[in-house]
Amino acid sequence: MINKILDSAAEAVADIADGSCILVSGFGLAGQPGELLDALYAQGASELTVVCNNSGSRDIGLARLIRAGRVRKLLASYPRGAESDAFESAYAQGRIEYECIPQGTLAERLRAAGAGLGGFLTPTGYGTELAAGKETRVIDGVGYVFEQPLHGDYALVQAHVADRWGNLLYRKAARNFGPIMCMAAKVSIVQVAEVATLGELNPESIVTPGIFVQRVVVNAAAAQERRA
Amino acid sequence: MKQGMTRRQMAQRVARDIPAGAYVNLGIGLPVTVLDHFKPEDEIVVHSENGILGMRALLEGEAADPDMSNAAKLPVNIRAGGSFFHHADSFAMMRGGHLDFCILGGYEVSEHGDLANWSLGQKNVATAVGGAMDLAVGAKAVYVLMEHVTREGRPRIVSQCSLPLTGRRVVKRVYTDLAVIDVRPQGLVVIDMLEGVDEQTLEACTGADLRFELKRALP
Repeated sequence: MINKILDSAAEAVADIADGSCILVSGFGLAGQPGELLDALYAQGASELTVVCNNSGSRDIGLARLIRAGRVRKLLASYPRGAESDAFESAYAQGRIEYECIPQGTLAERLRAAGAGLGGFLTPTGYGTELAAGKETRVIDGVGYVFEQPLHGDYALVQAHVADRWGNLLYRKAARNFGPIMCMAAKVSIVQVAEVATLGELNPESIVTPGIFVQRVVVNAAAAQERRA
Repeated sequence: MKQGMTRRQMAQRVARDIPAGAYVNLGIGLPVTVLDHFKPEDEIVVHSENGILGMRALLEGEAADPDMSNAAKLPVNIRAGGSFFHHADSFAMMRGGHLDFCILGGYEVSEHGDLANWSLGQKNVATAVGGAMDLAVGAKAVYVLMEHVTREGRPRIVSQCSLPLTGRRVVKRVYTDLAVIDVRPQGLVVIDMLEGVDEQTLEACTGADLRFELKRALP
Protein backbone atom coordinates (compact mmCIF):
# COMPACT_ATOMS: atom_id res chain seq x y z
CA MET A 1 0.00 0.00 0.00
CA ILE A 2 1.32 3.44 -0.92
CA ASN A 3 1.01 5.90 1.92
CA LYS A 4 2.97 9.13 1.60
CA ILE A 5 1.24 10.77 4.56
CA LEU A 6 3.61 11.19 7.51
CA ASP A 7 2.74 11.92 11.13
CA SER A 8 4.61 15.16 11.50
CA ALA A 9 6.40 17.95 9.70
CA ALA A 10 9.48 17.20 11.85
CA GLU A 11 9.61 13.65 10.47
CA ALA A 12 9.12 14.94 6.91
CA VAL A 13 12.14 17.28 7.01
CA ALA A 14 14.38 15.17 9.30
CA ASP A 15 16.86 14.05 6.59
CA ILE A 16 17.49 17.49 5.02
CA ALA A 17 21.28 17.87 5.21
CA ASP A 18 23.43 20.99 5.51
CA GLY A 19 24.11 22.47 2.08
CA SER A 20 20.89 21.16 0.48
CA CYS A 21 19.08 23.08 -2.25
CA ILE A 22 15.49 23.74 -1.13
CA LEU A 23 12.65 24.95 -3.37
CA VAL A 24 10.08 26.91 -1.37
CA SER A 25 6.62 27.55 -2.84
CA GLY A 26 4.58 30.71 -2.44
CA PHE A 27 3.94 34.15 -3.83
CA GLY A 28 4.16 36.38 -0.80
CA LEU A 29 2.29 34.53 1.92
CA ALA A 30 -0.08 32.73 -0.48
CA GLY A 31 1.18 29.17 -0.78
CA GLN A 32 4.10 29.59 1.63
CA PRO A 33 4.62 26.27 3.49
CA GLY A 34 4.80 27.78 6.97
CA GLU A 35 4.66 24.57 8.99
CA LEU A 36 7.40 22.88 6.94
CA LEU A 37 9.63 25.97 7.21
CA ASP A 38 9.10 26.01 10.97
CA ALA A 39 10.06 22.33 11.12
CA LEU A 40 13.16 23.01 9.02
CA TYR A 41 14.09 25.85 11.37
CA ALA A 42 13.79 23.50 14.37
CA GLN A 43 15.70 20.75 12.54
CA GLY A 44 18.82 22.93 12.28
CA ALA A 45 20.11 22.39 8.71
CA SER A 46 22.29 25.26 7.53
CA GLU A 47 24.35 26.44 4.53
CA LEU A 48 21.15 26.05 2.54
CA THR A 49 20.55 27.23 -1.00
CA VAL A 50 16.94 28.38 -1.25
CA VAL A 51 14.89 28.98 -4.39
CA CYS A 52 11.78 31.05 -3.72
CA ASN A 53 10.00 33.87 -5.54
CA ASN A 54 10.32 36.14 -2.50
CA SER A 55 12.33 36.14 0.72
CA GLY A 56 9.66 35.60 3.37
CA SER A 57 7.88 38.07 5.60
CA ARG A 58 8.78 39.63 8.94
CA ASP A 59 10.45 36.93 11.07
CA ILE A 60 8.40 33.93 10.09
CA GLY A 61 9.03 31.10 7.64
CA LEU A 62 11.86 31.72 5.19
CA ALA A 63 12.63 35.14 6.70
CA ARG A 64 13.37 33.48 10.05
CA LEU A 65 15.82 31.02 8.42
CA ILE A 66 17.56 33.92 6.67
CA ARG A 67 17.69 35.98 9.87
CA ALA A 68 19.31 33.03 11.66
CA GLY A 69 22.05 32.84 9.01
CA ARG A 70 20.99 29.40 7.82
CA VAL A 71 20.64 30.35 4.15
CA ARG A 72 23.90 30.68 2.23
CA LYS A 73 22.32 31.65 -1.07
CA LEU A 74 18.90 32.81 -2.27
CA LEU A 75 17.64 32.56 -5.84
CA ALA A 76 14.54 34.76 -6.25
CA SER A 77 12.77 37.17 -8.57
CA TYR A 78 11.51 39.67 -6.02
CA PRO A 79 13.02 39.36 -2.53
CA ARG A 80 12.27 42.95 -1.54
CA GLY A 81 9.19 44.46 0.06
CA ALA A 82 7.74 46.08 3.13
CA GLU A 83 8.21 42.93 5.22
CA SER A 84 11.48 41.57 3.84
CA ASP A 85 13.95 43.20 6.21
CA ALA A 86 15.51 39.81 7.13
CA PHE A 87 16.84 39.36 3.58
CA GLU A 88 17.61 42.99 2.87
CA SER A 89 19.73 43.45 5.97
CA ALA A 90 21.52 40.11 5.46
CA TYR A 91 22.29 41.19 1.88
CA ALA A 92 23.46 44.65 2.91
CA GLN A 93 25.82 43.06 5.45
CA GLY A 94 27.16 40.58 2.91
CA ARG A 95 25.84 37.59 4.87
CA ILE A 96 23.90 36.05 1.97
CA GLU A 97 24.56 35.41 -1.71
CA TYR A 98 21.77 36.32 -4.11
CA GLU A 99 20.87 35.61 -7.73
CA CYS A 100 18.09 37.71 -9.25
CA ILE A 101 16.07 35.73 -11.83
CA PRO A 102 13.13 37.05 -13.89
CA GLN A 103 10.01 35.41 -12.49
CA GLY A 104 8.99 33.60 -15.66
CA THR A 105 12.53 32.35 -16.18
CA LEU A 106 12.56 31.09 -12.59
CA ALA A 107 9.29 29.22 -13.21
CA GLU A 108 10.45 27.77 -16.53
CA ARG A 109 13.86 26.70 -15.15
CA LEU A 110 11.99 24.71 -12.50
CA ARG A 111 9.64 23.25 -15.08
CA ALA A 112 12.57 22.36 -17.35
CA ALA A 113 14.27 20.55 -14.47
CA GLY A 114 11.11 18.59 -13.73
CA ALA A 115 10.56 17.82 -17.40
CA GLY A 116 14.09 16.53 -17.99
CA LEU A 117 15.12 19.32 -20.34
CA GLY A 118 18.68 20.59 -20.65
CA GLY A 119 17.56 24.21 -20.79
CA PHE A 120 15.64 26.55 -23.06
CA LEU A 121 15.88 29.82 -25.01
CA THR A 122 13.76 32.69 -23.69
CA PRO A 123 13.29 36.23 -25.01
CA THR A 124 12.98 37.45 -21.42
CA GLY A 125 15.93 39.56 -20.33
CA TYR A 126 17.61 39.65 -23.75
CA GLY A 127 19.79 42.76 -23.99
CA THR A 128 19.55 43.49 -20.25
CA GLU A 129 22.07 43.19 -17.43
CA LEU A 130 20.41 39.98 -16.20
CA ALA A 131 21.52 38.27 -19.41
CA ALA A 132 25.13 39.44 -19.06
CA GLY A 133 27.56 36.59 -19.71
CA LYS A 134 24.85 34.20 -20.88
CA GLU A 135 24.72 32.43 -24.20
CA THR A 136 22.35 34.18 -26.64
CA ARG A 137 20.90 33.43 -30.02
CA VAL A 138 18.84 35.34 -32.59
CA ILE A 139 16.09 33.32 -34.27
CA ASP A 140 13.89 34.94 -36.93
CA GLY A 141 15.00 38.35 -35.74
CA VAL A 142 14.15 37.73 -32.06
CA GLY A 143 16.91 37.63 -29.45
CA TYR A 144 16.90 34.79 -26.93
CA VAL A 145 18.87 33.95 -23.79
CA PHE A 146 19.84 30.36 -22.96
CA GLU A 147 18.70 29.35 -19.47
CA GLN A 148 19.49 26.14 -17.62
CA PRO A 149 17.25 23.87 -15.57
CA LEU A 150 17.02 24.49 -11.83
CA HIS A 151 16.91 21.30 -9.76
CA GLY A 152 16.18 21.04 -6.05
CA ASP A 153 17.15 18.41 -3.52
CA TYR A 154 13.89 19.07 -1.71
CA ALA A 155 10.73 21.07 -2.39
CA LEU A 156 8.69 22.45 0.49
CA VAL A 157 5.23 23.13 -0.89
CA GLN A 158 1.84 24.15 0.41
CA ALA A 159 -1.21 22.59 -1.26
CA HIS A 160 -4.80 22.30 -0.07
CA VAL A 161 -5.91 18.67 -0.36
CA ALA A 162 -3.92 15.45 -0.78
CA ASP A 163 -4.72 11.76 -0.83
CA ARG A 164 -2.30 9.08 0.38
CA TRP A 165 -0.81 8.70 -3.11
CA GLY A 166 0.21 12.36 -3.01
CA ASN A 167 -2.29 13.59 -5.60
CA LEU A 168 -2.80 17.30 -4.95
CA LEU A 169 -5.35 20.06 -5.26
CA TYR A 170 -4.44 23.64 -4.48
CA ARG A 171 -6.50 26.55 -3.26
CA LYS A 172 -7.00 29.60 -5.52
CA ALA A 173 -3.83 31.59 -6.29
CA ALA A 174 -1.88 29.72 -3.60
CA ARG A 175 -1.11 27.23 -6.38
CA ASN A 176 1.61 29.47 -7.93
CA PHE A 177 4.99 27.66 -7.78
CA GLY A 178 3.71 24.47 -6.09
CA PRO A 179 3.15 22.21 -9.12
CA ILE A 180 6.46 23.03 -10.84
CA MET A 181 8.50 22.82 -7.64
CA CYS A 182 7.05 19.36 -6.95
CA MET A 183 8.30 18.38 -10.42
CA ALA A 184 11.76 19.90 -9.99
CA ALA A 185 12.84 18.36 -6.66
CA LYS A 186 14.23 14.90 -5.88
CA VAL A 187 12.05 14.84 -2.75
CA SER A 188 8.86 16.93 -2.62
CA ILE A 189 7.37 17.52 0.80
CA VAL A 190 3.86 18.95 0.81
CA GLN A 191 1.79 20.37 3.65
CA VAL A 192 -1.98 20.29 3.15
CA ALA A 193 -5.01 21.40 5.12
CA GLU A 194 -7.14 18.39 4.20
CA VAL A 195 -6.79 14.72 3.33
CA ALA A 196 -9.05 12.96 0.84
CA THR A 197 -9.55 9.22 0.81
CA LEU A 198 -8.05 7.45 -2.20
CA GLY A 199 -10.47 7.75 -5.11
CA GLU A 200 -12.26 10.73 -3.67
CA LEU A 201 -10.38 13.25 -5.83
CA ASN A 202 -11.70 13.47 -9.37
CA PRO A 203 -8.92 12.25 -11.71
CA GLU A 204 -10.03 14.94 -14.19
CA SER A 205 -9.29 17.66 -11.63
CA ILE A 206 -6.07 16.56 -9.95
CA VAL A 207 -3.52 19.35 -10.43
CA THR A 208 -0.32 17.62 -9.30
CA PRO A 209 -0.30 13.85 -9.91
CA GLY A 210 1.18 11.92 -6.98
CA ILE A 211 4.22 10.79 -8.97
CA PHE A 212 5.73 14.23 -8.28
CA VAL A 213 5.16 13.99 -4.50
CA GLN A 214 7.11 11.94 -1.96
CA ARG A 215 5.86 13.11 1.46
CA VAL A 216 2.65 14.71 2.73
CA VAL A 217 2.03 16.36 6.07
CA VAL A 218 -1.39 17.45 7.28
CA ASN A 219 -1.34 20.89 8.82
CA ALA A 220 -4.03 20.66 11.46
CA ALA A 221 -3.81 24.34 12.40
CA ALA A 222 -4.37 25.45 8.81
CA ALA A 223 -7.30 23.06 8.51
CA GLN A 224 -8.82 24.54 11.66
CA GLU A 225 -8.34 28.09 10.43
CA ARG A 226 -10.10 27.40 7.15
CA ARG A 227 -13.10 25.93 8.90
CA ALA A 228 -13.38 28.82 11.37
CA MET B 1 3.96 74.32 -17.11
CA LYS B 2 0.40 73.20 -17.72
CA GLN B 3 -0.95 70.95 -14.96
CA GLY B 4 -1.17 67.37 -16.27
CA MET B 5 -3.96 64.87 -15.79
CA THR B 6 -4.43 63.26 -12.39
CA ARG B 7 -3.32 59.66 -11.99
CA ARG B 8 -6.96 58.65 -11.98
CA GLN B 9 -7.56 60.42 -15.30
CA MET B 10 -4.46 58.74 -16.76
CA ALA B 11 -5.82 55.32 -15.78
CA GLN B 12 -9.19 56.24 -17.26
CA ARG B 13 -7.55 57.33 -20.52
CA VAL B 14 -5.79 53.98 -21.06
CA ALA B 15 -8.89 52.03 -20.09
CA ARG B 16 -10.76 53.78 -22.93
CA ASP B 17 -8.40 52.20 -25.48
CA ILE B 18 -8.79 48.60 -24.30
CA PRO B 19 -11.49 46.86 -26.37
CA ALA B 20 -14.14 44.54 -24.97
CA GLY B 21 -13.01 40.93 -24.73
CA ALA B 22 -9.30 41.73 -24.56
CA TYR B 23 -6.87 39.73 -22.40
CA VAL B 24 -4.84 42.23 -20.37
CA ASN B 25 -2.11 42.24 -17.73
CA LEU B 26 -1.83 45.28 -15.46
CA GLY B 27 1.52 46.01 -13.82
CA ILE B 28 2.13 47.01 -10.23
CA GLY B 29 1.38 50.60 -9.20
CA LEU B 30 -0.64 52.95 -11.37
CA PRO B 31 -1.42 50.35 -14.09
CA VAL B 32 -3.34 48.08 -11.70
CA THR B 33 -5.78 50.97 -10.97
CA VAL B 34 -6.89 50.79 -14.63
CA LEU B 35 -8.94 47.79 -13.45
CA ASP B 36 -11.39 50.21 -11.76
CA HIS B 37 -12.27 51.72 -15.14
CA PHE B 38 -13.14 48.53 -17.03
CA LYS B 39 -16.87 47.90 -17.38
CA PRO B 40 -17.85 44.36 -16.27
CA GLU B 41 -20.10 43.98 -19.33
CA ASP B 42 -17.06 44.51 -21.59
CA GLU B 43 -15.67 41.22 -20.29
CA ILE B 44 -12.06 42.39 -20.40
CA VAL B 45 -10.17 39.44 -18.94
CA VAL B 46 -7.45 40.57 -16.55
CA HIS B 47 -4.40 38.34 -16.02
CA SER B 48 -2.38 38.37 -12.80
CA GLU B 49 1.13 36.87 -12.91
CA ASN B 50 0.53 34.82 -9.76
CA GLY B 51 -1.89 32.59 -11.62
CA ILE B 52 -5.27 34.25 -12.14
CA LEU B 53 -7.28 35.01 -15.28
CA GLY B 54 -10.44 37.00 -14.69
CA MET B 55 -9.16 38.98 -11.74
CA ARG B 56 -11.55 41.62 -10.41
CA ALA B 57 -11.45 44.20 -7.61
CA LEU B 58 -13.02 43.36 -4.25
CA LEU B 59 -16.58 44.58 -3.91
CA GLU B 60 -17.53 46.97 -1.14
CA GLY B 61 -17.50 45.03 2.15
CA GLU B 62 -16.22 41.82 0.52
CA ALA B 63 -13.77 39.91 2.76
CA ALA B 64 -10.13 39.52 1.67
CA ASP B 65 -8.82 35.99 1.14
CA PRO B 66 -5.08 35.41 1.78
CA ASP B 67 -4.96 33.03 -1.23
CA MET B 68 -6.39 35.67 -3.59
CA SER B 69 -4.05 38.57 -4.25
CA ASN B 70 -2.71 40.47 -7.23
CA ALA B 71 0.94 40.92 -8.27
CA ALA B 72 1.35 43.62 -5.61
CA LYS B 73 0.02 41.08 -3.04
CA LEU B 74 -3.12 43.17 -2.46
CA PRO B 75 -6.45 41.36 -2.05
CA VAL B 76 -8.57 40.79 -5.17
CA ASN B 77 -11.21 38.30 -6.31
CA ILE B 78 -12.09 36.33 -9.42
CA ARG B 79 -15.05 36.86 -11.75
CA ALA B 80 -17.27 34.22 -13.34
CA GLY B 81 -15.33 32.51 -16.13
CA GLY B 82 -12.01 33.05 -14.36
CA SER B 83 -9.38 30.39 -13.79
CA PHE B 84 -6.32 29.56 -11.69
CA PHE B 85 -3.06 28.07 -13.01
CA HIS B 86 0.54 27.56 -11.95
CA HIS B 87 3.45 29.90 -12.58
CA ALA B 88 4.91 28.19 -15.65
CA ASP B 89 1.53 28.43 -17.41
CA SER B 90 1.06 32.00 -16.21
CA PHE B 91 4.34 33.13 -17.74
CA ALA B 92 3.72 31.06 -20.88
CA MET B 93 0.66 33.28 -21.36
CA MET B 94 2.98 36.31 -21.35
CA ARG B 95 5.97 35.09 -23.36
CA GLY B 96 3.79 33.03 -25.68
CA GLY B 97 2.02 36.10 -27.06
CA HIS B 98 -1.39 35.19 -25.67
CA LEU B 99 -2.06 38.49 -23.91
CA ASP B 100 -3.45 41.26 -26.09
CA PHE B 101 -2.22 44.11 -23.91
CA CYS B 102 0.19 44.61 -21.10
CA ILE B 103 0.04 47.95 -19.29
CA LEU B 104 3.22 48.69 -17.34
CA GLY B 105 4.63 51.49 -15.25
CA GLY B 106 7.92 53.01 -16.35
CA TYR B 107 10.92 55.05 -15.29
CA GLU B 108 12.08 55.72 -18.86
CA VAL B 109 11.05 54.85 -22.42
CA SER B 110 13.38 55.46 -25.35
CA GLU B 111 12.41 56.57 -28.84
CA HIS B 112 13.07 52.99 -30.00
CA GLY B 113 10.69 51.57 -27.44
CA ASP B 114 13.32 50.41 -24.95
CA LEU B 115 11.84 50.23 -21.44
CA ALA B 116 13.49 50.83 -18.07
CA ASN B 117 11.13 50.12 -15.19
CA TRP B 118 12.76 47.65 -12.79
CA SER B 119 15.98 49.04 -11.36
CA LEU B 120 17.34 52.45 -10.40
CA GLY B 121 20.82 50.98 -10.68
CA GLN B 122 21.67 51.56 -7.01
CA LYS B 123 24.76 49.83 -5.65
CA ASN B 124 24.53 47.49 -2.61
CA VAL B 125 20.78 47.07 -3.00
CA ALA B 126 19.54 43.63 -4.06
CA THR B 127 17.83 43.96 -7.43
CA ALA B 128 14.25 42.70 -7.67
CA VAL B 129 12.87 42.14 -11.15
CA GLY B 130 9.74 40.10 -10.43
CA GLY B 131 7.78 39.58 -13.65
CA ALA B 132 8.79 42.88 -15.29
CA MET B 133 11.09 41.41 -17.95
CA ASP B 134 8.63 38.66 -18.87
CA LEU B 135 5.79 41.17 -19.17
CA ALA B 136 7.88 43.41 -21.40
CA VAL B 137 8.28 40.68 -24.02
CA GLY B 138 5.47 38.70 -25.52
CA ALA B 139 2.26 40.68 -25.05
CA LYS B 140 0.84 41.71 -28.43
CA ALA B 141 0.98 45.36 -27.33
CA VAL B 142 2.97 46.78 -24.42
CA TYR B 143 1.62 50.13 -23.22
CA VAL B 144 3.50 52.19 -20.64
CA LEU B 145 1.60 54.44 -18.24
CA MET B 146 3.79 57.01 -16.49
CA GLU B 147 4.17 60.71 -15.70
CA HIS B 148 5.73 62.68 -18.56
CA VAL B 149 8.61 63.94 -16.41
CA THR B 150 10.26 62.90 -13.13
CA ARG B 151 9.57 64.66 -9.84
CA GLU B 152 12.68 66.73 -10.53
CA GLY B 153 11.27 67.69 -13.94
CA ARG B 154 13.57 65.52 -16.10
CA PRO B 155 12.03 63.88 -19.20
CA ARG B 156 11.11 60.21 -18.89
CA ILE B 157 10.79 59.89 -22.67
CA VAL B 158 14.33 60.00 -23.98
CA SER B 159 16.46 59.21 -27.02
CA GLN B 160 18.32 56.58 -24.99
CA CYS B 161 17.54 55.13 -21.54
CA SER B 162 20.06 55.85 -18.80
CA LEU B 163 18.69 53.27 -16.34
CA PRO B 164 19.10 49.45 -16.58
CA LEU B 165 16.79 48.11 -19.30
CA THR B 166 13.81 45.86 -18.72
CA GLY B 167 13.49 45.10 -22.42
CA ARG B 168 14.71 46.35 -25.78
CA ARG B 169 12.29 47.70 -28.41
CA VAL B 170 9.24 46.41 -26.57
CA VAL B 171 7.00 49.46 -25.97
CA LYS B 172 4.28 50.21 -28.49
CA ARG B 173 2.64 53.24 -26.88
CA VAL B 174 3.16 55.58 -23.93
CA TYR B 175 0.36 57.24 -21.95
CA THR B 176 1.48 60.18 -19.84
CA ASP B 177 -0.31 62.91 -17.92
CA LEU B 178 0.17 65.17 -20.97
CA ALA B 179 -0.03 63.03 -24.10
CA VAL B 180 -0.41 59.67 -25.81
CA ILE B 181 2.63 58.79 -27.89
CA ASP B 182 3.08 55.90 -30.32
CA VAL B 183 6.48 54.26 -30.74
CA ARG B 184 6.86 53.60 -34.46
CA PRO B 185 9.84 52.37 -36.51
CA GLN B 186 10.45 55.92 -37.72
CA GLY B 187 10.24 57.41 -34.22
CA LEU B 188 7.81 58.85 -31.68
CA VAL B 189 4.42 60.12 -32.85
CA VAL B 190 2.08 62.10 -30.60
CA ILE B 191 -1.46 60.97 -31.31
CA ASP B 192 -3.26 62.74 -28.46
CA MET B 193 -2.47 65.68 -26.23
CA LEU B 194 -4.10 67.25 -23.21
CA GLU B 195 -6.14 70.32 -24.07
CA GLY B 196 -4.16 73.47 -23.36
CA VAL B 197 -0.79 71.82 -24.00
CA ASP B 198 0.91 72.94 -27.20
CA GLU B 199 3.56 71.22 -29.29
CA GLN B 200 6.41 73.42 -28.04
CA THR B 201 5.54 72.74 -24.40
CA LEU B 202 5.46 68.99 -24.99
CA GLU B 203 8.74 69.05 -26.92
CA ALA B 204 10.37 71.04 -24.13
CA CYS B 205 9.67 68.33 -21.56
CA THR B 206 10.51 65.38 -23.84
CA GLY B 207 14.06 64.08 -24.35
CA ALA B 208 13.50 62.78 -27.88
CA ASP B 209 12.18 64.05 -31.22
CA LEU B 210 8.40 64.07 -31.62
CA ARG B 211 6.12 64.15 -34.64
CA PHE B 212 2.48 65.12 -34.29
CA GLU B 213 -0.52 63.32 -35.77
CA LEU B 214 -3.20 64.43 -33.35
CA LYS B 215 -6.52 62.68 -33.40
CA ARG B 216 -8.38 64.24 -30.47
CA ALA B 217 -7.86 66.05 -27.17
CA LEU B 218 -7.27 64.51 -23.74
CA PRO B 219 -8.78 63.54 -21.40
